[in-house]
Amino acid sequence: MPIIDLANPTRFLRFAERALPWLAGLTLLAFAAGLNLTLGAPDDYQQGATVKIMFIHVPSAWLGMGIWALMTIAALGTLVWRHPLADVAAKAAAPVGAAFTLLCLVTGSLWGRPMWGAYWVWDARLTSVLVLFLMYLGVMALWRTVDDPARAGRAAAILTLVGAINLPIIKFSVDWWNTLHQPASVLRLAGPSIHPSILIPLLAMTLAFVLLFLALHLAAMRNEILRRRVRSLMMMQAQTAPGSGS
Amino acid sequence: MTALAALFVRDVRLAIRVGGGGGIGVLFFLIVVTLMPFAIGPDLALLGRIGPAILWLGALLASLLTLDRLLAMDQEDGSLDLMLTGRSPLELAVAAKALAHWLTTGLPLVIAAPLLGLFLNLDLGSSGAVALTLLAGTPALTFIGLIGAALSVTLRRGGLLLAVLVMPLTVPVLIFGVAASNAALVGPLPFGTPFTILCALTLISIVVGTFAAATALRHGME
Repeated sequence: MPIIDLANPTRFLRFAERALPWLAGLTLLAFAAGLNLTLGAPDDYQQGATVKIMFIHVPSAWLGMGIWALMTIAALGTLVWRHPLADVAAKAAAPVGAAFTLLCLVTGSLWGRPMWGAYWVWDARLTSVLVLFLMYLGVMALWRTVDDPARAGRAAAILTLVGAINLPIIKFSVDWWNTLHQPASVLRLAGPSIHPSILIPLLAMTLAFVLLFLALHLAAMRNEILRRRVRSLMMMQAQTAPGSGS
Repeated sequence: MTALAALFVRDVRLAIRVGGGGGIGVLFFLIVVTLMPFAIGPDLALLGRIGPAILWLGALLASLLTLDRLLAMDQEDGSLDLMLTGRSPLELAVAAKALAHWLTTGLPLVIAAPLLGLFLNLDLGSSGAVALTLLAGTPALTFIGLIGAALSVTLRRGGLLLAVLVMPLTVPVLIFGVAASNAALVGPLPFGTPFTILCALTLISIVVGTFAAATALRHGME
């Protein structure tokens, strides 16, 4: 089945029904493997066992940023190509992205308490992730305030695109403002500076998190399509009900 | 071009004659600055150190407060529909409106800033520096706010949402505005570095804000 067929919501629903159990099973397997590898990873010579927080913290940070990128592509799909599922994908992704960003903030805060001596410090990375979280909440608020899904979709798409332009600028300005957090140590041109005994469990956990996101996203998209169908059925019913005047 | 000039003059006239726009913004700015010492304490040395930050925060909040007047009234009386169907490009029309809005709400804040600086133990030179950064930075606030105003124009409960959508986007302007003011006050950084970045942010906001707001209006009003 070519991917273009999935643009039809009915075909997409059928695909989601078939794919979801497999995806959920794969997610469970990946988490089992990833957590197992994590347990085998050595403790840090300075940070002790708290370094294990990283295996949740870092993948959720990556996903928090990656999901906004996905929403940006979906926003282009809504505005440029008028793809019928693009705004469904964008709407379903926003709460999941917000949840991963919050997870990143909470785990970072719990990690920061023993390491930096405070739950929260106004450091560049923390602050820009916090702003990212606020932008997720803004998009979700916009989705909830506009009644008509199609119009809400286009408004949220514009906000997402503006955010995609602004987030690097915010990142840059916050970096300029203050830096305490360690610089990037995995995604570098010179190759990762982390020892493989930590890197491999980290990548395994990242894979598990990505699978979890895909499963949640697919389920949320399915729910959103069904919710819109219920909405239009109820509107049709209201129009044909006795006493509605038409 | 004459249509745009007429629109600009109309908006400026409306803002000056009807009232409730720029004047209230300045009053709000004054009240915010007055409240700060009650919260922080009357320590003049401390107030002098954080004075630029207070002025910037007050100006940011005051410019947020006036944003819902930017498009909402034209939507209510139908002139926004005329602009949508009119011959001049919508991008230029909203840019003219935003410029008129800045002139009647943003510029009064800039003019008021040196006076309010006296309350905060800033000497005349530093007050002037803060006013200069506000002059360079408040257009960015207006044009970023334009996006939020266009997105929320048809909503009945748009006021609070507008602030929530706009405020995270103003983080860079706030950072570089305060950084430039502090650089002028205490150093050690040269004033030019953050100030030119602030100007760049304003230019980016004018471009992005104009196009995003026009797109939002086209999609939102259909």
